[in-house]
Parts: sequence; C-alpha cells; structure tokens
Amino acid sequence: MDPNSRRDIMLENYQHPFHRGLVEDEDYLLFNTNNESCIDHLDIQYQIEDGTIKDIRFDGEACAVSMSAASLMIKALIGKNKDEAKVILENYKKMLAGEDYDATILGELVVYEDIGKQPSRRRCAILAFESLEKLLEKM
Amino acid sequence: MHRDDFEILKSGIIYLDNSATTLKPKCVVDRVVDYYTKYTANAHRGDYDNSLKVDMMYEEVRDKVRDFIHAKSSKEIIFTSGTTDSLNRVVFGFMKYYLKKGDEVLLTKAEHASNILPWLELEKEIGIVVKYIPLENHQVVLRNVQESITERTKVISIAHITNVLGDERPVRDIGKLCQEKGIYFVVDGAQSVPHRAVDVEQLGIDFLAFSAHKMLGPTGVGILYGKEELLEKLHPTIVGGGMNTSFHSDGSWEYKSLPSRLEAGTPNIAGVIGFGAALDYLTEIGMENIHQYEQSLKQYFLAQLETIDHVTVYNKDVGGSIVAFNIDDVFSQDTAIYLNHYHICVRAGNHCAKILKEDLQVKNTCRVSFYFYNTKEEIDEVIRVLKRSKDIFRIVL
Ligand SMILES: Cc1ncc(COP(=O)(O)O)c(C=O)c1O
Repeated sequence: MDPNSRRDIMLENYQHPFHRGLVEDEDYLLFNTNNESCIDHLDIQYQIEDGTIKDIRFDGEACAVSMSAASLMIKALIGKNKDEAKVILENYKKMLAGEDYDATILGELVVYEDIGKQPSRRRCAILAFESLEKLLEKM
Repeated sequence: MHRDDFEILKSGIIYLDNSATTLKPKCVVDRVVDYYTKYTANAHRGDYDNSLKVDMMYEEVRDKVRDFIHAKSSKEIIFTSGTTDSLNRVVFGFMKYYLKKGDEVLLTKAEHASNILPWLELEKEIGIVVKYIPLENHQVVLRNVQESITERTKVISIAHITNVLGDERPVRDIGKLCQEKGIYFVVDGAQSVPHRAVDVEQLGIDFLAFSAHKMLGPTGVGILYGKEELLEKLHPTIVGGGMNTSFHSDGSWEYKSLPSRLEAGTPNIAGVIGFGAALDYLTEIGMENIHQYEQSLKQYFLAQLETIDHVTVYNKDVGGSIVAFNIDDVFSQDTAIYLNHYHICVRAGNHCAKILKEDLQVKNTCRVSFYFYNTKEEIDEVIRVLKRSKDIFRIVL
C-alpha cells in the first residue's frame, strides 16, 4: 500500500472513528489503557457472547495514531472468537516489531507497519491492543 | 543573547522546552570536564592538593548559591539531587516530625507532582489534611489564600511560578501572611529561580527548592534552602558517610553540623562545581535582564499567535515565560510531533500537574517555554510552521 493510502485510512479512522463513545451496559467488560510514556489514554469496552466478540466500543483522549488504531482494531475484531482474536494480536505485534507476519489476517491494520519502525510511536499503535491482551486473559 | 556559547544550537534545533530543562553553555560543560580530567578527588576527605581543591570549589558554589538567592548564611544551602529531592526532604525530614494529625497543609491543584505526592504520602502516614487553595482563572489570588487559612493551617507549599501555565504567585504577600500567622512557607522555585531574581529574605520564604538543570547547570543537582533554625531541626532522611562525627557499637552516634549533616554520601561533585559556572554566567548576564528579555519574547510570540485563527492560547496574561496552546481539534502530542518535524522542541502533555485538569477543562496542552538564548527569528519560524498546520496529518501520520 502506498504511503498516501495508508495515511488516508488512518486519517479517516481518526476523524471518523468507528464505535467511539462508551455504552452504559453491564454486559460489557471495560478496560483502561494508559500509555506510560505519553499522555494518551483509552477506555475500551468489549461485549462477549458465546465465546465471540459481539461488540466493542471505545473512548478517550489520544493522538491520531492511537485513536485510529483503536478504530481499526475494533473493525477487525468484531465477530471474532478468542483464537481468531489471538492470531490478529500476535500478527499485529510481529508487524510492529519488524518480524515476519501474515498480512492477510490484519487487513487494513497493515497501515501501521512503518510506524512500528519508530519506537516512540510504536507505543501509540499498540495502545488499544493492550486492552485486547487483558481481554484474552479473561475470555 | 549569547547563542554562541551553546554548542547544541549549532545543530539547528529550536529549543523551546526550557521549563523541562535548559541547554548548557560551554563554560558549564568545561567546568565539569575539568573536574574529571584535571583534579578528580572526593570532597571533605583527603589531605592532598586535589582533594583540598575539590573541597574549596565545592564549598565556593555553596557561597555562590547563598548570594544568588540572598540567603543569610551558607549553612542554609543544602545540595540535593533536585527540586523533587529537596521537597521530599522538607516533607519527610521536617514536616513529618513537626506536624500532628489534623494539621492542615495548603497546596494548589496546579502544583507539580513533586509538591503534591510527598504531602499525600504524609497525609496517609500521619493524618495531616491536604487542602487546595481555590484558583481563580487558574491563578492564586491572595484573598483565596486568606480564606483558605484556618486555625489548623500549619504550612503553605506552592510553586513561585507554575510549570504548566507559568503563572506567578503573589509570593511576597503570602510570605508576609505566613509570618503573621505562624505558618511555614515552602516555595517550589524550580520555575522561578532560573528566570528572575529571588530574594528568600524579602519574600519571607522558609524553605525553597530548585534544580540546577533548569538554570544551565548539570542534571542531578538541586538546592534546598531553609532558614538556619529550621534546617537545624530537619532530620537527615539519608544517613551515612560524610555527615557523622562519630558512631559506636553501643548504638550511639553524633552527626555533624549544618550543612554537612544533610549531605550524606559522596555528593554530585562534578555537578555542583559545574553549577557554579552556571551561576557565574547567569549573574554576569543579570537576572533582571533575563526576565525582561523573556517577557519581550513572550509578548512577541503571543502577538503573532493572535494572527492564527486555529490556535487557542490558555494563558495570555501570566507572569512567567511559558505559553500553553493547542491547535484546534488536534491532540497536543500530534502538534508536538508535527513541530518536531521542523526541529522545534516543545512539550505536550499535562506537565506532571495531573490534577490541574479538574480545573482547566482541557487536559493536555502544548507548552512553549523560553530562555534568554531564544530569539524572535525562532518565534517567526514557529509561527510559520503553525500557520501551515492545515496539513499537519500529512506530516504526523
Ligand atoms: C514547578 C516544578 N516543580 C518541581 C519540578 C521537579 O524538578 P526536578 O525534576 O528537577 O526534581 C519541576 C520540574 O519539572 C517543576 O517544573
């Protein structure tokens, strides 16, 4: 994907994030993530049904990379079961670490490949996924 | 002013994060290197030439600090590792023994973490009550200080100038009030001592904390000023070598007198000696000149910012040389990353004053903080870049 298309996808997800805004529903599990080195923080809610991620919502204050990555992560995860979500997480982490990964599994999330090369920004790209890690421990 | 003395400026950066730390002039670096290359030795120990020289150099800096803040005696100057260390010693070395359960300490919500967390720890430990002076338009006004004081108020601990908005507190009036009411006045001078003349006697300050690295000096050196009779009562929070006269296997010991009693272990000798060069340098320029020049830079920057519609400034009329702003609808960190692309160094965030957001409504800002080596030309460049910021995400993403 060329840099312009990548940027457009990030910008679209930053300016019109998917499922932003939390819901008041006790069905949802809530996770907070804070970027220790920065000032970003995200709240992410997961609704799980029969071992499948049925819905995800998020809110918070964060930079364009963190926000757009949350939006894209949500798009990628809804409808996935635990094992599928785990594979997405593993591949995403590999991509950011510059290791071999399966791009077909990540879909639009591949737009962060280059950002992984900047250590200072890798943390922004991974922020939302920290909630997924916590979720997987519980699922 | 004096840009040639700052090697790092030759790299082309525009350094506007002076509240975090300042650049170091060549004379400071040279003084540190000289210690390491020409006369390395420990202080207060040996009987040979270099050791005596180190001793003399180290103690000379104490005298320079005394003069710089107009303290009465060099015994009132303690070298610490920084403002944080100094404030912790006031809280855990003095206040912990002086304050009783239910005694009140007045802070504000705009304080740096290092002037809040020690107090909160002490609140938990011995049951003091931490209260916050209400801010008016984010600032401290004398009336609110007066109205916050109760029978049980024993301490007021505030920054002279804050690191978030750069507002200056009416320290002299508060100092006077404290003296009248028998309240101890602790001042965090991290953002004021580097930028203007501070006279601890005139301002009625009981304890003053500041950091060398925010005023051209090396990192890892701080100052704790305290009135002599108060430092006499301050318990050393660290004990060991260099601060005792004797100790015995029967469990008895004797400590040295001030200031050595409060400087256990080998101090940051190179740092302290380097700080001496910084103090000479600042004195040479003149603190009043520095203050005036920074004010003119700030006014110039504010006037230029007025011409940009999509930038909001949060602290137009404060006394310090800090400007807090955001590009509308852009997260402060993205703005900082954007400016970094043009080698402009600013800080984004809440600047360690995490509870101020309860008052300020905006949680995070970009902060520009000046020092005397900044120029109008640098400001012009920042303005040019901010004006172009419609394409910010082309750069940031
Ligand atoms: C107002 C204020 N107080 C305290 C500190 C802490 O200083 P240091 O990190 O040098 O201990 C700072 C530095 O950021 C500050 O700006």
